[in-house]
Amino acid sequence: MAQLDRSQKLEILADAAKYDASCASSGSIKRGSSKTGGIGSTTGMGICHSYAPDGRCISLLKILLTNYCMFDCHYCINRSSSGVRRAAFTVDEVVDLTLDFYKRNYIEGLFLSSGIIRSPDYTMELLVQVAKKLRIEHKFGGYIHLKTIPEADPDLLADAGLYADRLSINIELPSDAAIEEFAPEKSGPLIRKTMADLSGRITEAKVERRKSRKAPLFAPGGHSTQMIVGADASDDAAILQTSSKLYTGVGLKRVYYSAFSPIPDASKRLPLAAPPLMREHRLYQADWMLRFYGFSVSEILGGAQGGHLDLEVDPKLAWALMNRDQFPVDLNRAPREMLLRVPGLGTKGVGAILRARRFGRLRLADVERLCRSTKKMRAWIIAADWHPGRWLDGANLRSKMVRPARQMELFAA
Amino acid sequence: MIRIALASQTDIAGWREAARKLLLAGVIPARVEFNIGTETLFDEGDPIPPPGDRKPVISKELLGDIQTALLHSDPERFALAYRIVFRAQTQPKIHQNPADPDMYTLRALAKSVRRDIHKMHAFVRFRKVGEENGRESFVSWFEPEHHITEAVAKFFQNRFTGMNWLIVTPEASIAWDGKKLEVGPGGQKSDVPQEDAVESEWKTYYASIFNPARLKTKAMMAEMPAKYWKNLPEAALIPGLTREAEARMNAMIDNASPDGENAPAIAVKETQAPAHASGGFDGLKPLYDALRAANDWPREDFSDRLVPGEGPKDARMMFVGEQPGDQEDQAGRPFVGPAGQLLDRAFAAAQIDRGEAYVTNAVKRFKFVQRGKRRIHSKPSNDDIEYYRWWLEQERQVVEPQVIVALGATAVRALTGKTLTISRNRSQLIDYIGSSKLLITVHPSYLLRLPDGAGQKVEFEKLVRDLSLAKSALPA
Repeated sequence: MAQLDRSQKLEILADAAKYDASCASSGSIKRGSSKTGGIGSTTGMGICHSYAPDGRCISLLKILLTNYCMFDCHYCINRSSSGVRRAAFTVDEVVDLTLDFYKRNYIEGLFLSSGIIRSPDYTMELLVQVAKKLRIEHKFGGYIHLKTIPEADPDLLADAGLYADRLSINIELPSDAAIEEFAPEKSGPLIRKTMADLSGRITEAKVERRKSRKAPLFAPGGHSTQMIVGADASDDAAILQTSSKLYTGVGLKRVYYSAFSPIPDASKRLPLAAPPLMREHRLYQADWMLRFYGFSVSEILGGAQGGHLDLEVDPKLAWALMNRDQFPVDLNRAPREMLLRVPGLGTKGVGAILRARRFGRLRLADVERLCRSTKKMRAWIIAADWHPGRWLDGANLRSKMVRPARQMELFAA
Repeated sequence: MIRIALASQTDIAGWREAARKLLLAGVIPARVEFNIGTETLFDEGDPIPPPGDRKPVISKELLGDIQTALLHSDPERFALAYRIVFRAQTQPKIHQNPADPDMYTLRALAKSVRRDIHKMHAFVRFRKVGEENGRESFVSWFEPEHHITEAVAKFFQNRFTGMNWLIVTPEASIAWDGKKLEVGPGGQKSDVPQEDAVESEWKTYYASIFNPARLKTKAMMAEMPAKYWKNLPEAALIPGLTREAEARMNAMIDNASPDGENAPAIAVKETQAPAHASGGFDGLKPLYDALRAANDWPREDFSDRLVPGEGPKDARMMFVGEQPGDQEDQAGRPFVGPAGQLLDRAFAAAQIDRGEAYVTNAVKRFKFVQRGKRRIHSKPSNDDIEYYRWWLEQERQVVEPQVIVALGATAVRALTGKTLTISRNRSQLIDYIGSSKLLITVHPSYLLRLPDGAGQKVEFEKLVRDLSLAKSALPA
């Protein structure tokens, strides 16, 4: 086979990474290059440098070190039995490419993942080498996210955390049975154990840092995972229960949901349908409710049909429709927890309402200013000059709330 | 009317100075007009009255919001800011009330400015112009919506300390040479080179990371409004990528379709030769002699007896089972027990002459656990299979069958090096090594374990159908 140049490898190894949902460059410490004289900074909040037509942001150079892989996970384009074109970067090529892109302000940093070659240890070591070289040799201060390999030696994981802002281990599927079926070389218990170890190290490092500013950083951006939605038969209930356990049990910062896309040369066990993007969207909304709105999984799934979230209405609205007796909520009196449960009212809106109502009773026009729109929430709230009347009792409330959603076409004729 | 002349669009210090004097004199906002530059259309206006005795007070938080909002391009911003600080003298907590209309407008301006700053952080694209004394030099052209160029300079300095750079906008330019940050006059797009060596790779990346199966242009437009596109090299790709997305996704689905023209293939994992062994046997006897002589085989739970494959060396069909059972171990021949008898019946139904076929096992010795007087079959582990894999491949190379039938999961693992589920992969002719075909089906002992007669009958018919399909693949 002819030698591929850097650009050809990039084409193959970026394409191979496009199924990974995570691209965040947020959540790490603030860092700059003023003192080191090097290149790169992190702001803590992350910057999206571009957006692809799939609506997803491009924040990091997201590539695989190689898409050769010993493993044969059915949902994965890079599984060993796939007929996909293969390529492998050298450590130096990834380092140079990252710097070349970073200096032109195309990216916030690197998100490096890899197929497993030779052995999990060998592969993990290469990933760590890239991060180490960037940090030490090139004084690179940008964001580094490494995908870790659960089967690799824990010492390598410890090394990775010294150079990376964030580490992630993809669980991919919500149940151990599904992992066994679709990813025969992987193991659910091992993945969770690795996550728990990682969590321990992150917490430990944080404690040390509180004692001394000189204590080494360890993955200051935390760790995350990804679950594929729609490749196996798991329902939303199973997915959210797994997420909830991961948030509370092993201290994950984020769970990413990736709608399974039909992949070229797919394993025959996988569905050939278009990706369930709306399902993915609903899961993200439900995830948000778990993390920021104080809902429990069982509350979110109260109205679920056959373990699945309602695709027509968002999960918060679905919950409200099921629990009408708790509404309307008086915006001028209700406690924060209840305000957070009003459909159409987000955390920012709730904050603004709480601040504003110290100055007087809020009218609908005030709320309109604070929250941009009251359209979604009108049926659920009471304001100084507003009461929904008998709206909530109407049998057709749900159908009024459902809008036929169609994606707009940008280049329609 | 009092007319205040500010030095430039970003003369926030000038506004503060004027606002302080105006507040000291208690001038009501309706009497003040703010202009940029000294030229005014009308007269010079009234002078600011002398200061009174009340000291003006502005909270730090409000001042922060004002300073950000004043970078906005809205010409009314200076008047708005003065109106707010004037009102703050009698309503000191005005800035804490997000429902106040003036504060609402101010916050909206500040928010818009912050967004523009954020987008400038994100959408500046540097192009390399040279290298001197080991320092690379980069230049960029950017068109912000508001007057933010100076405000973003620190960000770029802190980020790109180790290189020299210059950012030119229509209104101002900022530059860093490793020592000092300099603010200069604005320029034109043509002042800046329009090419860069790495830009084509960036476009390659942009096109490759886009997943055509998830087109969502509305979401993209919301975050990357078209007004920024003209200075983003990758934006030129968007119309094409969007147009082709549906066709690309359909192509992915078509390629993945089992009805496609190409026969399915399985990439076979290479086998590893054990130490002291080398391939290229010219017959089955030397091969089995070598296998018997090898003393590194897994012994735990295994019978010592080796059960070789059976059949002509030039057989056109090869059948691979799991491992010899109790009866096979005693007889020293494969497939003679209950499963073997069932296989014989299936052979007969599919009109396959067992005497012309080569029948063997993936693992060549019987693995069992002793229970009293009985020896209970025990499943070979992946390591066990791995040990015999190379030998099986040597066996295949000697016989060189045109069709290989894998009976059960162990055989599949031994033949491919992979764990594949039988149900999903059975009943099809898969491209195997060379021009040979592989057919995956169940192990006959699976039928023996089925509880009811009806189920066994259906499964027997399926097995016969698989065997017939395998036979049909033989060249006439």
